[in-house]
Amino acid sequence: MLGVVGTIPAEELPLVVGPVSLGDGFLAVQGHEAPLTRGTAALLAAAAVCLQALHQPPPLAFLAGDIGLGQGSTQLYEYLTLHLAAHQLRVLTLHYILPMVDWHHRVLWAIQEMAAPPLLIADAGYMYVAKMSGEAQAYDLFTPDAGEMAFLADEAAPHPFYTRGFILHEDNRIPDLITRAYAHDNAARHLLVKGQKDYVATKEGILSVIDTPGIEALEPIGGTGDTLTGIAAALIAAGFDIVAAAILAARVNRVAGALAQPTPATSVQEIVNHIPGALATVLRSHQLGKE
Amino acid sequence: MSNWRFWRRKPAVPTPEAQTDLGILVFASTSEVIRAEKLLRAGGWTIKVMGPPPEIQSGCDLVIQFPLMKKLEILRVLAENRLSPLQAVPRSGPLLKPVDLFQVKNFGRYLMVRAANMKLTVDKKTKTIVNVSGGGCPDVPYLAYRMVGQTLEEAPRPRDIGHTVCGYALQLALEEMERQCSE
Repeated sequence: MLGVVGTIPAEELPLVVGPVSLGDGFLAVQGHEAPLTRGTAALLAAAAVCLQALHQPPPLAFLAGDIGLGQGSTQLYEYLTLHLAAHQLRVLTLHYILPMVDWHHRVLWAIQEMAAPPLLIADAGYMYVAKMSGEAQAYDLFTPDAGEMAFLADEAAPHPFYTRGFILHEDNRIPDLITRAYAHDNAARHLLVKGQKDYVATKEGILSVIDTPGIEALEPIGGTGDTLTGIAAALIAAGFDIVAAAILAARVNRVAGALAQPTPATSVQEIVNHIPGALATVLRSHQLGKE
Repeated sequence: MSNWRFWRRKPAVPTPEAQTDLGILVFASTSEVIRAEKLLRAGGWTIKVMGPPPEIQSGCDLVIQFPLMKKLEILRVLAENRLSPLQAVPRSGPLLKPVDLFQVKNFGRYLMVRAANMKLTVDKKTKTIVNVSGGGCPDVPYLAYRMVGQTLEEAPRPRDIGHTVCGYALQLALEEMERQCSE
C-alpha cells in the first residue's frame, strides 16, 4: 500500500489518516474534504487515479491543515513518530511539510525501527529537511525540479532559498548538479529530476532522459511536479521497480500534459483528469516494447 | 517560445561581510521575521534578511541582520509592536545570503519569474496571476490559492500572509514581476 504524508492549506483540517476518495474537484479522507489544488492534494489525486487504474487499493493519506505556521506539520511529525509502525506500507511518500530537522530525525528513527520499513520517497518540504538533516541517502527516491536540484547540489545550502548563485546558474547542466549532489551524499538512492528534460539517475550516473512529448507550458503550472511524484509513487506501490516507475511516470505526466493542451494558465486539475488515459497509453507502449 | 534572462541585484555598499558592527535578530518563527522586517523597513532601519548561522539552523529559517549599535532602539521598537526576538547577538561569522538571482521566462502572452525555488506566472495583458509553482513549505499551496486569479495590484502579499522561507521567496518573485511589468 502507498502512504502519503503532507499538509493541506486549510487551517481547520485536523490530523486525518485514512484512504483517499476523489470527487469532482476535491478529495476526501475520513469525511473531510479538501479542494484539489496544487501540493499534496494534487499528488494524492494523481496517485489515486493511477492506483485505481492499476486495480490497487487507494493511497492511505496522512493529512493535516497547515498554512505555514507549522501546527499541522508538527501534528504529522508527532503522529508518524508514535504510530507509523502500526501501518503496513510498501511505499511512504513524504511531501509538503514545514522542514524541522529535529522532528525529521525522530521520524526517520521510527521508520528505521519498523519491522518492514517502507520504500521512502521525499519531495517538497520533506525533501528539503531530509537533505538539511544530512540523511538524504536514507531515502529511495527524491523528485526535485531544476531549482531544487541546484539546492541538493549545494552542500552549503540548508534551503533552496540559500542556493549559491554560481550553482543556480547551472540550471541547464543537470547532469553536473546530479554528480555534485551525490559527491556530497545529498541525494537519495534514486533521483527523478523534473524539467524540460526529466532525468532518472543514481549514484552510478544518469539512467534515462525523458523529453517527449515536450510541453513547455507545464513548467509554470503549479502542481505538475506533484502529479509526477504521485504517479511514480503509485507505480512503485503497484510493484514496478523504482527506475522503471520513474521513467514511466515521467512519460505519463508528459502525455497527460499534452492531452490537456495546456497554457501557462491551466490548472493542475485539468492535467489530473488526463492521467488515466495517459497511463493506459504509456503502459500499452511499455508492454509492446517488452514483447 | 522561451527567453531566459538573468538579472542580478546590485550588491549593497558597503558589503555586510566588510562590517564588524552587525548583529543578528533570531526569532521563534519565520512569520515573526517577516513581521519584524516589514516593521523595521517601514521605520527606515538598515536591515537585511539573511540565513541563520549553522549553529542555530533548525529548518525553515531566516534571521535579520541589523546595525549592532542600534540594538536597544530596535529592540524597543520591536517590543512596542509585541515582537520579542529569542536572541539579539553580534554576528559571529558570514551568514548565508538569500538568493538574489531571478530567472525570467517569456511564454508569449504569459511571463514567468523564478526566485530560488518559487515561480510566479502572470498574464501580461491583464496582469492577472495565473499560476504559482515550485516551493515545498506548507504556505505555498495556501499562497497559490489566495493569489491565483488576482491581479498583481489586488493580490495579497506573501509578506503579509506567508509564513515560511518559500513564502519569502515568492514575495521576491512578486516584486521582480512587478518590476518587469512596469518596464
